[in-house]
Amino acid sequence: MKISFKLNKSPQTVEVADGNTPLLWIIRDVLDLKGTKFGCGKAACGACTIHVNGEAVRSCSYAVKFAEGKEITTIEGLGSEANPHPVQQAWIEEVVPQCGYCQPGFMMAAAAMLEKIPQPTDEDIDNNIINICRCATYYRMRKAIYKAAELQKEAARKIP
Amino acid sequence: MGKKKVSRRKFLIRGTLGTVGVLAVGAYLFRHPIRRSILSFANSADLSYIGETDDPILWFEITKDNLVLLHSPKVEMGQGTFTGLAQIAADELDVNMEQIRVVHAQTASGNIDGFSTGGSTSISSLWQPLRELAATMREMIKIEAAKKMGVDVGSLSTSQGSVSSGGNSMTYAEIADGVTEWEVPDTPQLKELKSYQFIGKPVPRVDLKEKVFGAPIFGMDAGMPDMLYGTVVRPSSIGARLGEVDASAAENMPGVVKVIREEDFVGVVAQSYPEAEKAKEAIKVNWITEKNWQTEDIEAMIQVGQGEPQTIQKEGKAKRILESSDQLISAEYSSPLGAHAQLEPNGALAYVDGDKVTVHISTQVIGLTRKEVADRLDLDPEQVNIIPTYLGGGFGRRLHTPHAVQAALMSKAVGKPVKYYFSRKEEFQHDMFRPPTHHLLKAVLGDDGLIQALEHNFSSGDVGFGSPLLPGIAEPILGADVGAIRGGFNQYGAIPNHRAVCWRVRLPFATSWWRSLGLLANTFAVESFIDELALKAGKDPVEFRLAQIQDDERGHRLKEVIKAAAEKAGWTDQVVNGKAMGFAASTDANTPCAQVAEVSIEGNEIKVHKVTCAIDPGMAVNPDQIRAQCEGSIIMGLSASMFERMQVENGELRPVIYGPYAMALMKHAPKEIEVVILENADKPGAVGEPPLGPIGAAIANAVFRLTGERLRSMPLALDQA
Repeated sequence: MKISFKLNKSPQTVEVADGNTPLLWIIRDVLDLKGTKFGCGKAACGACTIHVNGEAVRSCSYAVKFAEGKEITTIEGLGSEANPHPVQQAWIEEVVPQCGYCQPGFMMAAAAMLEKIPQPTDEDIDNNIINICRCATYYRMRKAIYKAAELQKEAARKIP
Repeated sequence: MGKKKVSRRKFLIRGTLGTVGVLAVGAYLFRHPIRRSILSFANSADLSYIGETDDPILWFEITKDNLVLLHSPKVEMGQGTFTGLAQIAADELDVNMEQIRVVHAQTASGNIDGFSTGGSTSISSLWQPLRELAATMREMIKIEAAKKMGVDVGSLSTSQGSVSSGGNSMTYAEIADGVTEWEVPDTPQLKELKSYQFIGKPVPRVDLKEKVFGAPIFGMDAGMPDMLYGTVVRPSSIGARLGEVDASAAENMPGVVKVIREEDFVGVVAQSYPEAEKAKEAIKVNWITEKNWQTEDIEAMIQVGQGEPQTIQKEGKAKRILESSDQLISAEYSSPLGAHAQLEPNGALAYVDGDKVTVHISTQVIGLTRKEVADRLDLDPEQVNIIPTYLGGGFGRRLHTPHAVQAALMSKAVGKPVKYYFSRKEEFQHDMFRPPTHHLLKAVLGDDGLIQALEHNFSSGDVGFGSPLLPGIAEPILGADVGAIRGGFNQYGAIPNHRAVCWRVRLPFATSWWRSLGLLANTFAVESFIDELALKAGKDPVEFRLAQIQDDERGHRLKEVIKAAAEKAGWTDQVVNGKAMGFAASTDANTPCAQVAEVSIEGNEIKVHKVTCAIDPGMAVNPDQIRAQCEGSIIMGLSASMFERMQVENGELRPVIYGPYAMALMKHAPKEIEVVILENADKPGAVGEPPLGPIGAAIANAVFRLTGERLRSMPLALDQA
């Protein structure tokens, strides 16, 4: 079957034999964007978190057939070196990553949370950021999320 | 730079403590007192770098756009080694941080680590050789510059990747262009520490951007043209051997290229990962198992008094005093089986092309991975090129890489590159686990309220023993497992009589290196017991510790971290507003670390609000990354101490997924972590593991002050009695 969606703003059509194939593998192995990670395959760790129509979704457990007509964003589309998303900017300023493997998933989850809750509390962060980081960079991630919220606020102020 | 011929000016043998050095003199070391001194040395001394440290051309490459590439034989697994190595090299090379890139050395380049990336030794072991290599490279560039510029070498100066003489200057790239044979001078004098610009500064990580923008840098991300996807059938049961196999259904499934049968495994190669996984499920294997293991079986094995004892430390007459005392204080502690649970699954991408093999892999043992692939394919190691990638977590898990061999065999069978990796269930069931432990502590207090005699008996599954890193012939020489004993030693040298004994237990599944090895469990037991003794003696636990530390350099450094942690935390032994502090300290690989945990009980849960950590890793190459390692170690240690436990149910290791395998999440991480770095040694020491030591005991000691209940087994849970 053919499935069409927008990936990081550009239209894509993929031909898949099995519509139940997790979107993660289409993104990684067919469309060759490796920033979205495989961690567990059971939506338990969050390493594969992407945005589907702006919502944080664990792509290892999201069938590709449901992507039809959707707007998909991965870490590669969140921001770039030239134009980083506030979350990425904050991650750099707080020097968050260690091994780095889980970090795209966390940044995608954090960015989705900040869309809904622009000024999160500790409790908001605890309840919404439930991915797993084995290097345990949680302490800096929390600081970076607060910093991203500030950066986002400043950016919003600059737009007339 | 092209390929050069290098004149070898020296053959350098550094004093090596590792297994290699120990093995060389093994025959003389069977007598117990000598063996004990080796084990004690293993606990304290640093490991020298094992590998080529004599040829700058193997280490450095200058690109046309004037970047220096440092080909690191150590891998980057999050510990920040690439950043530290870049700082160390940049300062002697006279380039700035933007002009140096660190890449993993492929084995084909010849710069191969002879040991592993592990043991918190990367920066400490390369501190001297890398500066010498960089300084030599800088002088080599100057020699060529002198020729090209037609001036005397003595008139040249170097700065920011350029060589200057008078008003003229050339970039390193311009100088290196066309040079085919380098003149290698004697090792130049290294710069004075105070003149370094980057060493000692909180330079941002060199891999930040790749990791923030999602670059394809991990083993899982590697790709090759025409690549296929493999998978290996693994049993759910402990100790299961491959019996009859029926793969007929799998062979005809969509996307399947081939089912591969080797003497020790069955694999499937398919067009995609999901197809390979589906086909695997359709393979029927008759697994032969010997015994239906249960958690209780394992717990019954891990008991002091069972297995093979080895005294690792002995001072005075602890045993006699403890046996004859009617004032004996005694307690038992335990820790569970734990998983690595690193996020990037194990795997490898291999391509066997005739008699040449290429393997892309997240590995901590580059040389060993190469050897294992070469041995199994009956090739010379030089025919196998290992291309290391960034590791999606190491933690000791990637000191075992038999999957590289399996990927190579699958590739050979289909004639194309094959990438394969573990499922998460396979990760949990086929981990090389952190072994469970049991500890029996005994002590007698003297009239002065200090410890007169102390004994630590502990039982552990294997850590170093059984690992391919430590050849079997080392076992009788060492007597005790160099990994299991980490942190098992008494660090309070003023206690007149003390003794530590490690009991080796052989478990029916693999246990091995897990970040900090025995340190986590041993420190939990010993430092909880020290707290019990302080309370029995009616003394403040910080004062109690300080009073029993010997007056030497090691003792001084330990005292200073204890004092610094207590002072920074505003240490009090009193419960204030429902919060209590717990104190603990450890010394690992010559790095002392003390921590104060501030804890409350909310409902029936232990809540850690703040951790204050003082650490003395010696010279701090990058204070920010030392902080990061402390923060991560504290939370990883909290996770292991409070949540993690593997069980054995009906012959299977469980759970097999995150969630049921409970780990610390964002909500469990302390909101405040303060790190104090002391530098009471003149060179860099271990950082990546030592701060995992104290946290478990610090939390449990705080809980005792809140509830009066002494938590003696991990994972820490209220109402253990």
